[in-house]
Amino acid sequence: MRVGSTFNVAFRALRRNKLRSVLTALGIIIGVGAVIAMVGIGNGAKAQVEAQIASLGQNVILIFSGSTTSSGIRTGWGGAGTLKIEDAEAIRREVPGVVGVSEEVVSTTQVAAGNQNWFTRIYGESADYFDIRQWPLANGAPFTAQDVRSANKVCVVGRTTATQIYGNEDPVGQILRIKEVPFTITGVLTPKGLSPQGVDQDDIVIMPYTSAMKRVIGGTNLRNINVQIGDARQVEAAQQQIIALLRQRHNIRPGRDDDFTVRNQQEIAEAATATSRVMTLLLGAIAGVSLVVGGIGIMNIMLVSVTERTREIGVRMAVGAHGNDILMQFLIEAVTLSSVGGVIGIVCGIGASRILSAYAHWPTLISLSSILIAFLFSAAVGVFFGFYPARQAAALDPIEALRYE
Amino acid sequence: MHAVRGVSLEIARGEFVALMGASGSGKSTLMNILGCLDRPTSGRYVLDDADVSGLDRDRLADIRNRKIGFVFQNFNLLPRTSARENVELPLLYNPQRLTNAQLREKADRVLASVGLAGREDHHPSQLSGGQQQRVAIARALINDPEMVLADEPTGNLDSRTSIEIMGIFQQLNERGITIVMVTHEQDIASYAQRNVVMRDGIVLSDRIVTQRFAAEAELEKAARSTSEEG
Repeated sequence: MRVGSTFNVAFRALRRNKLRSVLTALGIIIGVGAVIAMVGIGNGAKAQVEAQIASLGQNVILIFSGSTTSSGIRTGWGGAGTLKIEDAEAIRREVPGVVGVSEEVVSTTQVAAGNQNWFTRIYGESADYFDIRQWPLANGAPFTAQDVRSANKVCVVGRTTATQIYGNEDPVGQILRIKEVPFTITGVLTPKGLSPQGVDQDDIVIMPYTSAMKRVIGGTNLRNINVQIGDARQVEAAQQQIIALLRQRHNIRPGRDDDFTVRNQQEIAEAATATSRVMTLLLGAIAGVSLVVGGIGIMNIMLVSVTERTREIGVRMAVGAHGNDILMQFLIEAVTLSSVGGVIGIVCGIGASRILSAYAHWPTLISLSSILIAFLFSAAVGVFFGFYPARQAAALDPIEALRYE
Repeated sequence: MHAVRGVSLEIARGEFVALMGASGSGKSTLMNILGCLDRPTSGRYVLDDADVSGLDRDRLADIRNRKIGFVFQNFNLLPRTSARENVELPLLYNPQRLTNAQLREKADRVLASVGLAGREDHHPSQLSGGQQQRVAIARALINDPEMVLADEPTGNLDSRTSIEIMGIFQQLNERGITIVMVTHEQDIASYAQRNVVMRDGIVLSDRIVTQRFAAEAELEKAARSTSEEG
């Protein structure tokens, strides 16, 4: 079979009907473009969520006081004061693989300096916190383990809080009054942006948890404990050991529910990305429908083309074309239409998602694999919807075809 | 009901046969079988010492490609396609691979041999009926066939152009190409060597043309009569 000349013949036929070819390909262009753009938006959202989850830190296990099913009463995470400082110390001491532990207490309150004031979140943490969250300082230094032991009146501030109180001034070394207690600012955190829940993570004041308990919040209960494990493969085992350790420390008999909740970062990530994965699938499926409609357009135009060119097919057969030659000719025409449409559609889809990113500020992510899949799928659409018309053409009787008016 | 029955016809290499008969006489069916477009339901067709009656579609297509050239009443050229590309068409389905330059060179040579040098890039719509039929003849000749089958080749042409086409056929015939031509015009049939008349699926008469027309002489005669009139 003369493949080269069959390609030539198919291209010539497409060029002879330029407008019709362009319009038919347009169906595929729109379909592929929509798939690329929609999947790009979905993947972009997913990547954003994943980045936010990663900002929680690496190999992190979170232990919240209270349980979602504690004694049938849903107290919610951090709801019941069951986690003690001693629990955190026990974890630090007894669970293998632990590289960092941060006792956490949280409150919101008014902070002030000079004539400025601001309502913000107060986090009490250990000195490990900045390593666990992989949250370096932009300026100054974090508080130390010594500060935690002595419950010193020191704190670091997030970028938003710093801007609200001090404007463009450097806050390091300044005094911040929290509940009328003067704290010395030792450093400013690098900006982290929004959390997966849409909270501004930079609107924050972080101080030793001891200072927070003693001077700002009061009480001796922890809201939660952040634990970092050195090796990702040890996270599962460490999680089980923490559960066993806390059950023992809290004197929970076998068969009774935990009075705490343990989550690792992986579980949180999976829950968050599941939503965006469903969204990506849904968007892709809707866009896929338009690709199928484009395919039907190709089939329609190929059927018209076969009917119109019945005489041509007859002549080709009379001068020696095999049924297969005719089949290939029309199949190549259909696949050319769909794959050229596919390539243009990919370019349009990338352009559309760039525009969405630039003007609507939607994050988009177009992977090489989605481009390849879109291209192969558009070629497959050509084969699938071109095959029936091409077979009709190949099955024509040359005598009938030559006589066709 | 058989369109053709009991026809036993032998056409020798190098003959120029005119096949005649009213519509429904079976001559089209006979032509389709001769052209390997159709297979006889019974009986045999031996072409070039080989029985081709039992061959499948693709083998018949190969034989059409290599041994038979077709000329039709309505030319059957591909529209919006240059004369050269029309002539190249059978080469595209030939197992012998030619480069684009070779295709072009061969097509142009055959076009020149039917008097169309300089018209290679014209589309059928830019050519007269006679010129279109010459393109079709060039297409029929491109694979150096044993036999040219012409179905009413002058049916759509005026009388002067018809004679020109007959002139081309007579030249081809002198070069040794077998020609079988269907026509219903007696004077066109007179350019052939042998006339076969069919009716109701059988051969009614089969005779050698005694007073054969020579296209060159007829053209001169026609030219003289026009100038006398003018």
